[in-house]
Amino acid sequence: MLLSNDGEIIKSEFYVVNEDDALPGRGQEAQSVSKRIVSFKTLLNATEVSATAVWLDVDDKVEAAAPYLPRLEVIALNFPTFNDGRGYSSANILRSRYAFAGEIRAIGDVRVDQLEQMLRCGFDTFELADGQVIELAIRLLKGFPFSYQKTSDRMPLFHQRSAD
Amino acid sequence: MYIYDAYDQKMVDERVAQYRDQTNRYLAGKLDEDEFKQLRLRNGLYIQRLAPMLRIAIPYGILSSVQLRKLAHLARYYDRGYGHFTTRQNIQFNWPKLEEVPDILEELASVQMHAIQTSGNCIRNVTSDQYAGAARDEIADSRPWAELIRQWSTFHPEFNWLPRKFKIAVTGAAQDRAAVQVHDIGVRIVRQESAGKDEKLIFDILAGGGLGRTPVLGPVIKQGLEEQHLLTYLEAILRVYNRYGRRDNLYKARIKILVRAMTPEVFAAEVATEWANLKDGRGTLTKAEIERVKGCFTLPAYESLEDIVVLQRAKDDAGFSAWRKQNIKPHRMPGYSIVNLALKATAVAPGDVTDEQMDLIADLADKYSCSEVRVTHEQNLTLADVRQKDLHDLWQALTAADLASPNLGLLTDMICCPGGDYCSLANAKSIPVAEAIQRQFDDLNLLHDLGELSINISGCMNACGHHHVGNIGILGVDKKGAEYYQVSIGGSGREDAALAQILGPSFAQNDIPRIIQTLVAVYLERREAGERFIDTFRRIGIEPYKTAVYA
Repeated sequence: MLLSNDGEIIKSEFYVVNEDDALPGRGQEAQSVSKRIVSFKTLLNATEVSATAVWLDVDDKVEAAAPYLPRLEVIALNFPTFNDGRGYSSANILRSRYAFAGEIRAIGDVRVDQLEQMLRCGFDTFELADGQVIELAIRLLKGFPFSYQKTSDRMPLFHQRSAD
Repeated sequence: MYIYDAYDQKMVDERVAQYRDQTNRYLAGKLDEDEFKQLRLRNGLYIQRLAPMLRIAIPYGILSSVQLRKLAHLARYYDRGYGHFTTRQNIQFNWPKLEEVPDILEELASVQMHAIQTSGNCIRNVTSDQYAGAARDEIADSRPWAELIRQWSTFHPEFNWLPRKFKIAVTGAAQDRAAVQVHDIGVRIVRQESAGKDEKLIFDILAGGGLGRTPVLGPVIKQGLEEQHLLTYLEAILRVYNRYGRRDNLYKARIKILVRAMTPEVFAAEVATEWANLKDGRGTLTKAEIERVKGCFTLPAYESLEDIVVLQRAKDDAGFSAWRKQNIKPHRMPGYSIVNLALKATAVAPGDVTDEQMDLIADLADKYSCSEVRVTHEQNLTLADVRQKDLHDLWQALTAADLASPNLGLLTDMICCPGGDYCSLANAKSIPVAEAIQRQFDDLNLLHDLGELSINISGCMNACGHHHVGNIGILGVDKKGAEYYQVSIGGSGREDAALAQILGPSFAQNDIPRIIQTLVAVYLERREAGERFIDTFRRIGIEPYKTAVYA
């Protein structure tokens, strides 16, 4: 089930397919090559020249995706476990350094108590881990009403303070 | 001190509600053990050997008397009547109930306190100089910068799941009382520059220092950083660490390992590249915000006083003189002194304070020191703004409460972790070792003759007692199931920071007082005029000590 950053349950044309080197689980039947979210390795190997969606694992260097960004519609960032925080930096770099305007999707071990942090780092959509409760996800998504620091979607609180 | 505005208050209140919800879900079986562990750690709650342990943040060590009374209340109602001040300027309670922690956090929030990010692999409570704002050797007050870093690091969405814990310390004085060289990041205020009427502080940034299994002094990776760039530069360091720090091995996950593996030069270059994308961006500090936070740390309304050389009433009082000589530090204002309460009475675990003592200290702070108390990384308390004419009265009140040990900075003012008596990580006990040493050295004249000498005791390699930077360090080790102690010598956590060298094979617990006695004897025999313990060691090297101990 895919959750949007507006707290809506949405359907996507794009999905991760089980390949040899793909993510465990979550696969669906491939319908059209252009709608598959391919692994970063296959993208780099140029075996998927027409792919418009890619998923990156935590040790894939997001800088290496830069040349492909103009044609990518979806970048999914995998969380192999909920306590591996590298995906947050990848998302922030995609947004702030490369101004990537496509969809950034959280996949893997995505837990409801961390959605807010993902939202703040520029994720648009969340494919929740098994066993996560969607109603809870919607309730927890927005998190705290403001942020002390500059985040992908907010100015730091000190700007708000000086405007008061 | 920093006073919360409506935003800060909202933030801690919402955090309490969030954690209450998480605790309820956990107790209802709707949140798994592994995940709840990570969430509770980020709210200060450990599960220890005997019971849970709650670590409460005291940002850069500053407490109001109101806050201290709240801690006394928590000790009384949720714990067993005492708290333990730590080497990171925090306080720990050893017996709270998991179910009651949300209530404790709510009580804390009511006095502008919290336990946010006091454990877990995230940015921890920022520490600083306990004499900030009052010290005579200060370049600039470090507290506003520590507070700005506290806010920036609180709930930073990108850095809540780091490879390992992350500690930042700030100093703004000539003498480094914050041990910045043994922190993941050290922030050093080096000078003030003025261009016209525009004044600006300049920082040096250190990264990759630390104790633990692999002690390292952090190298300077950035010199001459202008104040408005502080937060974006820290962000760049954290981002490089979050991405490239090792996650495959718990013992190699701290930033010091990354800095060492990359070399400080390459690491600094990597940070510089990252910083280029952040510099002058929207995370850049504004003049208005710097001024707002500085405005919270205005100086107290000092009276116009003269320094008092001899307190007439007290000149024949030997106990007072000893305390005054040892525990009082010079203040920037004439007629004022900085007073230290050494929480190192014999037979009391170092850093432990009872609820009654906390209440009393709060009263004394109201009466004598602008209602403010500081916690030091040596596990002592400081009253930073005491009128010299009040010193004798204050001393009498402290003496009655067993809080006037005149041993600040002396051999018996030991830094000591909770050790095997409380901590599930420990290899060996540390508190009984400290007590045995205190009993061995109960002659105050000898202690004063020995002068400045730090003994730091850790119950395991995690080095919470900072044994690597003790003039004498004691480390609990496991030797075929028995508790043994490795002794090292020559460390310092100050501006002349150095890591201690291991003396040789470890000793049984009973031998430790004798070993310390032997090391001290070498110093007394070999010292030259004016030399501290550490100076003599630096001059003669480790061999004479080895020879004496293993003869």
